[in-house]
Amino acid sequence: MSILSEAQAKTILTKVVGFSKADECTAQLIGAIRGNVRFARNDVSTAGITDNIELSMQVAFGKRVGTATINQFDDAALERVVRRAEELAKLAPENPEFMPALPKQTYMKTDTFSASTAGIDAAYRAKVATDSIGPCRAEKLIAAGYLEDQAGFVAFLNSKGNYGYQTSTSSDYTCTVRTEDGRGSGWVGHNVQDVATFNAGEDIRVAMRKASASAEAKALEPGKYTVILEPAAAAGLVAFMMFFFDARSADEGRSFLSKKGGGNKLGEQVYGPQVTMFTDPAYPGAAVLPWDDGDNLPRKKLPIIQNGKLVNMNYSRFWSQKQGKPEQAQFGNVIMEGGTKSTADLIRTTERGILVSRTWYIRMVDPQTVLLTGLTRDGTFYIENGQIKYPVKNFRFNESPVIMLNNVEEFGKPVRVKSDESDMVMVIPPMKLRDFTFTSLSDAV
Amino acid sequence: MHRRDFLAFGAAGVGGLVLPSMFGKVIAAEELNSAIDVAVKKALADAAMNAAKSAGASYCDVRVGRYLRQFVITRERNVENVVNTESTGVGIRVIANGAWGFAATNEMTKEAVAKAAGQAVAIAKANAPGQSAPVQLAPVTGVGEVSWRTPIVKNSMTVPIKDKVDLLMGVNAAALDAGASFIRSILFLVNEQKYFASTDGSYIDQDVHRIWAPMEVTAVDKASGKFRVREGLSAPMGLGYEYLDGAASGKTVLPNGVTVYGQSYDMKEDAVAAAKQAMAKIKAPSVKPGKYDLVLDPSHTWLTIHESVGHPLELDRVLGYEANYAGTSFATMDKLKANFHYGSDKVNIVADKTQPGSLGAVSYDDEGVKTKKWDLIRDGKLVGYQAIRDQAHIEGKAASDGCAYADSWSNVQFQRMANVSLEPGKAKLSVADMISNVEDGIYIIGDGSFSIDQQRYNAQFGGQLFYEIKQGKITQQIEDVAYQIRTPEFWNGCAGVCDASDYRLGGSFFDGKGQPAQVSAVSHGSSTARFNGINVINTARSLG
Repeated sequence: MSILSEAQAKTILTKVVGFSKADECTAQLIGAIRGNVRFARNDVSTAGITDNIELSMQVAFGKRVGTATINQFDDAALERVVRRAEELAKLAPENPEFMPALPKQTYMKTDTFSASTAGIDAAYRAKVATDSIGPCRAEKLIAAGYLEDQAGFVAFLNSKGNYGYQTSTSSDYTCTVRTEDGRGSGWVGHNVQDVATFNAGEDIRVAMRKASASAEAKALEPGKYTVILEPAAAAGLVAFMMFFFDARSADEGRSFLSKKGGGNKLGEQVYGPQVTMFTDPAYPGAAVLPWDDGDNLPRKKLPIIQNGKLVNMNYSRFWSQKQGKPEQAQFGNVIMEGGTKSTADLIRTTERGILVSRTWYIRMVDPQTVLLTGLTRDGTFYIENGQIKYPVKNFRFNESPVIMLNNVEEFGKPVRVKSDESDMVMVIPPMKLRDFTFTSLSDAV
Repeated sequence: MHRRDFLAFGAAGVGGLVLPSMFGKVIAAEELNSAIDVAVKKALADAAMNAAKSAGASYCDVRVGRYLRQFVITRERNVENVVNTESTGVGIRVIANGAWGFAATNEMTKEAVAKAAGQAVAIAKANAPGQSAPVQLAPVTGVGEVSWRTPIVKNSMTVPIKDKVDLLMGVNAAALDAGASFIRSILFLVNEQKYFASTDGSYIDQDVHRIWAPMEVTAVDKASGKFRVREGLSAPMGLGYEYLDGAASGKTVLPNGVTVYGQSYDMKEDAVAAAKQAMAKIKAPSVKPGKYDLVLDPSHTWLTIHESVGHPLELDRVLGYEANYAGTSFATMDKLKANFHYGSDKVNIVADKTQPGSLGAVSYDDEGVKTKKWDLIRDGKLVGYQAIRDQAHIEGKAASDGCAYADSWSNVQFQRMANVSLEPGKAKLSVADMISNVEDGIYIIGDGSFSIDQQRYNAQFGGQLFYEIKQGKITQQIEDVAYQIRTPEFWNGCAGVCDASDYRLGGSFFDGKGQPAQVSAVSHGSSTARFNGINVINTARSLG
């Protein structure tokens, strides 16, 4: 019973806010049912379900803030959580960057709930595992994968009457398929809000093909190559870059978006002219909550990069006030514009290049330039005259997504992907890029 | 998630409503000083085990856990957050019809745990028909009622918040006064009150303490647009608040004048040094790429050991159970049988769940197995993996290595990395003597950027401080250094390890593995070590 109805949630929130004697308060309820199934070596290894609901209460006396949480909802428990938060606030040091609770806001409608995903049960999860393992067993391949589904709700109310309630669902499937001799490996990932169109039996074929096709990899010299990054491969680098879109860090001089001499790069041409990126909480198939997680500021469609020019960064409420900027919500999703071509179309127009199926273990090397290092894996192929010629050994790359997005040849059709590095919902195109920097070879399969 | 990621997490300025949910419910500070009565825990465990046996389990273990955490997060002259969290509940694992089942509840009543035990048995029975072979558990003899506590001097949870805030405010002021542009400093304190009972006849009560005091000092030169960060040189430790006493006995001054820390940390002193060194990093010349002999301080080497030895020698990775998440391993079973030359004869690497002051030290693991120290690499040859009870038979071992761990009562225990450490050299060798023999090298202090492939062959590491060595002398501080390795070549390039007087621990507070993901804390010790002929790249780039 972790998904409370709007009426149930509002009753609890109204009651708990009413108990508070603090200058102001915000109460938030979060509940979710999460299910999972994990398999490896062509056997199910674990399966489980968790069901949890929690009430958080944040109160403030002046600039002193206290927070307490509880998972019981009778009147005595609700009063207890308020008193505990108030006690903590009285003991807390003043926060000079404290921002008062928001007055009543208007939130747009976003479609974040799908009944088909909320209806996933143990039998569905078992079938996903069976549909993944069965074809692999039949072709002497070995599957290891994971499905995690979630249905939940969030609701909040503050002492100024600002209120929100929303339900959401998500499902994330990944599977790694390896050849029995360990010389080939493929991967597939499918991250969706609505599982109606998800079919593990079809997806697994992608990973199986890549596993078989990558088995006789040849070694190429590391160096600069034209690459085609599949959306999942590109997402790892883009997601990492988005961690550093904070305006305060840029204004403080410690970001790749800082300007020499002071200030930030807002309005400057930071990327190639092909790059346009925006955030849109209502984007079909990639919708997110209509408010941000920290402050409950209303999200709206906002451009981030337009034709390579930086037009928006993330501002905290404190920093936007200090800089005299209007308050805006933190980006909830990232949508990159692209073209209409598939990855296969991009391959067909490539004279020589490397197809990268997936990137892995991406870490910051130098925040000054967002230089990232990481590796290719699960299907890296040499392209010649518009065709995949042969699999190649995996590479380590040292590349900045900023430099990479200044070397764009062409973008294909964007798709929803989830990066290993971030939980942000992203829509990313396959990317054809010149002069991508591989610095060494990896023997890993 | 590693420590760096936690710093980034803190830097995002996450509000109080978000942070606690990662770790449990928020509680008042005074509640951190209490514990659940052992008799209550035993009664719950017995209720669960009786219910499991009645339902048909052939084995049952029960973990009654209370996990306490406290964070104090600051930047410059502000306290951003003080949070205390608690998570309490009971996890029940059973074997029925030869298969595992697991269920957990946060209701601390006999009825609730008995119900969860029944659910665990039902899950096991449902999983059994699809199982290729029944679970084989390495035997464990019950030890009756025993208890153990991390040997701490000062319980961090009893130190008043005000003292902690005052400490961090003093640290931040010292860094800013020394020229830092920015500083973020954090205290992160953990107390795991873990009670383990099993149908083998064990009732084990353990009180585990850990402490971590990371910081990140930034220098900005607005005129040039350059900035550099120098992170703290502390290590997360299995110690109490005494770790922050800054005792002289915990300090070592290296040949280049840099102070590093062992069993005690002087956070303010390190903050001042960090401010000066961050400014020096801005002006330091860029490294010329090429092959160098590397001299690696223990504050750096721990992470290389962790990634290139600790992880590839986890048996579940070797077997393929982590293929879709953490990855597999190049160190396959055939290499164990052939005593693969993992490194030079200078390389002796041990796994150890008993090491005092380490993050992984406990008396019994989360399967009730008495912990121990064992060899992974001896004289450069691969001789062992890290295995738990249901894996021991696969490696041909009669007993578990005692390295099972769960990060919560609500997660099932599985194989996690023990403390994995490089033994010091047996012959007397100081850091100064080691450096005096290096013709063309780089001396690296502190851990930095890290990345390794899914089979643990190809890795790249950065650091905090880099110094050029020419003809046996340290000549200057340099920047933009990262080295790339192929694991066996790197360890076979180990040309020497300093003696035990230089031995120190480093470690990770948040080592991620498994799906759903769990974290664990693990230490890695070494003395300063030399690695010959390592490929160094220059990481400087221009955004135009």
